[in-house]
Amino acid sequence: MTESRPKIRILPGAQSDLSAATYQIHNETHTLGNALRWMIMKNPKVEFCGYSAPHPSENHIQIRIQMYDNLSSLTALLTALDDLDTLFESIEDAYKASLEHGDFVIWDEKR
Amino acid sequence: MTTTSEYNPRLHVGLLEELVTNVSSTDFPGHYPDEDHSWDLSKFKKKLQVKVQKLSARSIEFDLVGVDASIANALRRILIAEVPTIAIEYVYVWNNTSVMVDEVFSHRLGLIPLNVDPALLEMKASPSDQATDRNTIVFKLEIECTRNTAAPRDSKDPAVLYNNSEVLAGHLQWIPQGEQADVFIAHPPAPTVPGTVLVKLRPGQAIEMEMHAVKGLGKDHAKFSPVATASYRLLPHIILDEANPVPPHLATRFRDCFSPGVINVDPTTKKVSVDERGVRGETVSREVLRHPDLAGFVKLARVRDHFIFNVESEGPYEPQRLPLEAIRVMREKISALKAAAEALRAQGEPDGDVQMAET
Repeated sequence: MTESRPKIRILPGAQSDLSAATYQIHNETHTLGNALRWMIMKNPKVEFCGYSAPHPSENHIQIRIQMYDNLSSLTALLTALDDLDTLFESIEDAYKASLEHGDFVIWDEKR
Repeated sequence: MTTTSEYNPRLHVGLLEELVTNVSSTDFPGHYPDEDHSWDLSKFKKKLQVKVQKLSARSIEFDLVGVDASIANALRRILIAEVPTIAIEYVYVWNNTSVMVDEVFSHRLGLIPLNVDPALLEMKASPSDQATDRNTIVFKLEIECTRNTAAPRDSKDPAVLYNNSEVLAGHLQWIPQGEQADVFIAHPPAPTVPGTVLVKLRPGQAIEMEMHAVKGLGKDHAKFSPVATASYRLLPHIILDEANPVPPHLATRFRDCFSPGVINVDPTTKKVSVDERGVRGETVSREVLRHPDLAGFVKLARVRDHFIFNVESEGPYEPQRLPLEAIRVMREKISALKAAAEALRAQGEPDGDVQMAET
């Protein structure tokens, strides 16, 4: 709370080429953690990905990424973030289209 | 979708009498040999279906098909905890002679849903920030209970005997600050349900308070949550065995094991079929599996990627706007993390090595 924490940092013990690293993400929860883990796991170059919320009173999550072929896990993280954004963009477009199409029941709900 | 009527462990979650099967999704690269399950936007868009089913002034039901549970759950969690709303946060008590103590009444004031569009206000960066007309809405409550001298002699109803025997949410008075009188002219700030009773008063009791409402998130306090409920369930899938149909004399008993409207029985042939629309309303109570003579005719399942969302708005948002707000919040999270991750990579670039944080 007192000093400003970085949004993301790499925890000690990572490979120097970042082919395996644990990232600590500040001020995020399962909401982003699980969705991001899923998207990283969709990458065939990823050997392993998992996330945890270490303690309820610590306001961060940790996400572990291990890569094949000594590739950079940071690149995999950035790619996954881009893909996740386009995923939500397509959901947004599809939802708006459905609202505009107007093919649904409109009913009167009592307070 | 439910096009395949057979049970498919890749698409369906099986529901047995005492067991759920095939709960987790398996569509990851490397799970099935020689199959490509890597992320592909065009494939995803082909599978993705979003369809609004029911809409009222208070709630929306929509289907989200073709996504993983982690995506649907992110939306649900954001709807509950991270879409901002306005609620009373600070209460300045000048006078309170009602039977309810200050702190209990203040808490109650905080829980009143307000109709202020959160897009019109900024969020305070920290609680110690200066209150301005851009981040705070001020309400006043000044009320005193008195005897109604015109009341008929034999009346016993407090509402007739006294003036202001009940303090209602509608008694809150908005005090415009700075530019607010112009900004909120079309839609003056007020409680969404003015008839909410806050406390009861008797002659001689009075309340005088000033309230500051600010923008906040449900993860800080539930009063900031924009929804009464935001939940999803998986589409039920009932598989009848075509080779082994339900015999006519068991048809009505079989039908009555399910929610109303789920199973159709043909009036003449007594042939049993699943109602395409009605199956959405099935509770999957598994009652049918408790009857040994009926259990063999059916398999129960749910479609793993078909989420039926139900969102009830409580507060300023029209229900159809809530999913869009949730997506906006999610995309903001993604872009904030992306910017931080890019900065992290840029830091490490000069010697091609990324700096590790110290313990």
